[in-house]
Amino acid sequence: MSTKEALFDYVIRQADNCLILGQRLGEWCGHGPVLEQDIAMTNIALDLIGQSRSLYQYAADVEGKGKTEDDLAYLRDVWQFKNLLLVEQPNQDFAYTIARQFYFDNFNFLFYQALTESADEQLKAIAQKSLKEVRYHVKWSSDWILRLGDGTDESHERINRAITDLWSYTGEFFNNNEVDNAMIDAKIGTDLTGLKPKWEQKIGSILEEATLEVPAGEWMQSGGKEGKHSEHLGYILADLQFLQRAYPGAKW
Amino acid sequence: MNTTELERDFQNKIDNEIRIEPKDWMPDNYRQTLIRQISQHAHSEIVGMLPEGNWITRAPSLRRKVALLAKVQDEAGHGLYLYSATETLGIERDETIEDLNSGKAKYSSIFNYPTLTWADIGAIGWLVDGAAIMNQVPLCRCSYGPYARAMVRVCKEESFHQRQGYEIMLTLCRGSEAQKNMAQDALNRWWWPALMMFGPSDSDSPHTAQSMKWKIKRFTNDELRQKFVDITSPQADFLGISIPDDNLKWNEDEGHYDFGEPAWEEFYDVIRGNGPCNAERLNARKKAYNEGSWVREAALAYAKKKSNSENLVQVA
Ligand SMILES: [Fe+2]
Ligand SMILES: [Fe+2]
Repeated sequence: MSTKEALFDYVIRQADNCLILGQRLGEWCGHGPVLEQDIAMTNIALDLIGQSRSLYQYAADVEGKGKTEDDLAYLRDVWQFKNLLLVEQPNQDFAYTIARQFYFDNFNFLFYQALTESADEQLKAIAQKSLKEVRYHVKWSSDWILRLGDGTDESHERINRAITDLWSYTGEFFNNNEVDNAMIDAKIGTDLTGLKPKWEQKIGSILEEATLEVPAGEWMQSGGKEGKHSEHLGYILADLQFLQRAYPGAKW
Repeated sequence: MNTTELERDFQNKIDNEIRIEPKDWMPDNYRQTLIRQISQHAHSEIVGMLPEGNWITRAPSLRRKVALLAKVQDEAGHGLYLYSATETLGIERDETIEDLNSGKAKYSSIFNYPTLTWADIGAIGWLVDGAAIMNQVPLCRCSYGPYARAMVRVCKEESFHQRQGYEIMLTLCRGSEAQKNMAQDALNRWWWPALMMFGPSDSDSPHTAQSMKWKIKRFTNDELRQKFVDITSPQADFLGISIPDDNLKWNEDEGHYDFGEPAWEEFYDVIRGNGPCNAERLNARKKAYNEGSWVREAALAYAKKKSNSENLVQVA
């Protein structure tokens, strides 16, 4: 794998993370538990999809085949998507949505923070810009972990179930694969194993304040970064890509 | 002052274009009319999120997806301003929302029609937001201050939505044959419901006279409908698609378009709850509200705990 190929995959992976999670959050629009939170989730979806656009545009540049952001978002199939398994998990209820967001936001923050020191100027610039947005996402999802964990018995039980059920999707955050290793060598990417202690510490302290415990499960799912996904992603893409697939080449 | 004097004073203010503010005296009917109108308006914004939200996950490009998300979010914001305006009249948001969920309160019938294709997102922006602007621009001068001020903010965003919707239509109409057909089909389905957004004919609109006297309304339903047709017809011509009305024709003498009569039986049917999506829309709202109750309770319980512990710290 050349550095260029690795960089393309690296950028695509983060773009896919942002797009797929943004797509999931977009499903809430109009259906939120309270108007203010409907708006907040849409805000985060907008930030994430905005980030995915910058990243897809850059990935298209790196690839050098004259593709657009939409070619990359709309014309790849499941195995070509490299997002983490966590972000494609269904919304279920507000507790699952918050748990998913909380785990991802805290990872995303540390990841972008590391990329602000990337040797790749473009990636560095995207990371710097995104970090400002993700700081707010972390605050929002952490605040909700506190409210739900330390709110009522019902909310405690629901968020506890959600953080436990989604726990097995967090291990994948910190695995370096071939692409990561190439990016570390080129000083473009970051050693993901190095983010783990910081993430665990942050998660741990918020969960404790929320009167929740860090889930104990040790078995971790993985495969997203290699294009091996859960069944959910196919349905996400069926929605996402419907018009581009049904009317090939049309301009919208 | 006795009631007659208060009423005279009140009408004087209105005649002199002095805004009525929440703390001012107002006739009970005026208050009730506003509560009904503003809360219906708020509900329309919120229910209106559903047909368009239906296409967020399927928007055909990332640029369109972002624009649609932002648009639907704007509508949520409009709902918020309007619920706040209702609260200045003494009705809490929860109470207003419960009236929607129970079916007691109404919302604009247009949102009881389905969004079947992407072109519907264009048609809604162009026609529905377009009609909303025509209804709402005069409301920026409504005699009730909080409503008028909310409308100023809302109208700015609505005109942006309208342009965005028209631009979607234009892109489709300049695209492939299939896209143009999609646009025509959407216009066929949305045209008449859009005309009905202005409400029944003046002769069947018993509240109009009073609302005009109170300067809640500035133009009659038929005046606004005419204006809408006059503005929209040339826009359809420019798109190259045709409005589904055989009677639509420029009238040189009048300086207006002549147009056909909407099917008012359908209008009243949809109001009665028999539109294609009435049940779905209301169920979606009820589901969101009911399934959100544990979240709202948790937030409240948490806030209480926090303010208690802060109080304890202060006492200590
Ligand atoms: Fe609106
Ligand atoms: Fe609008």
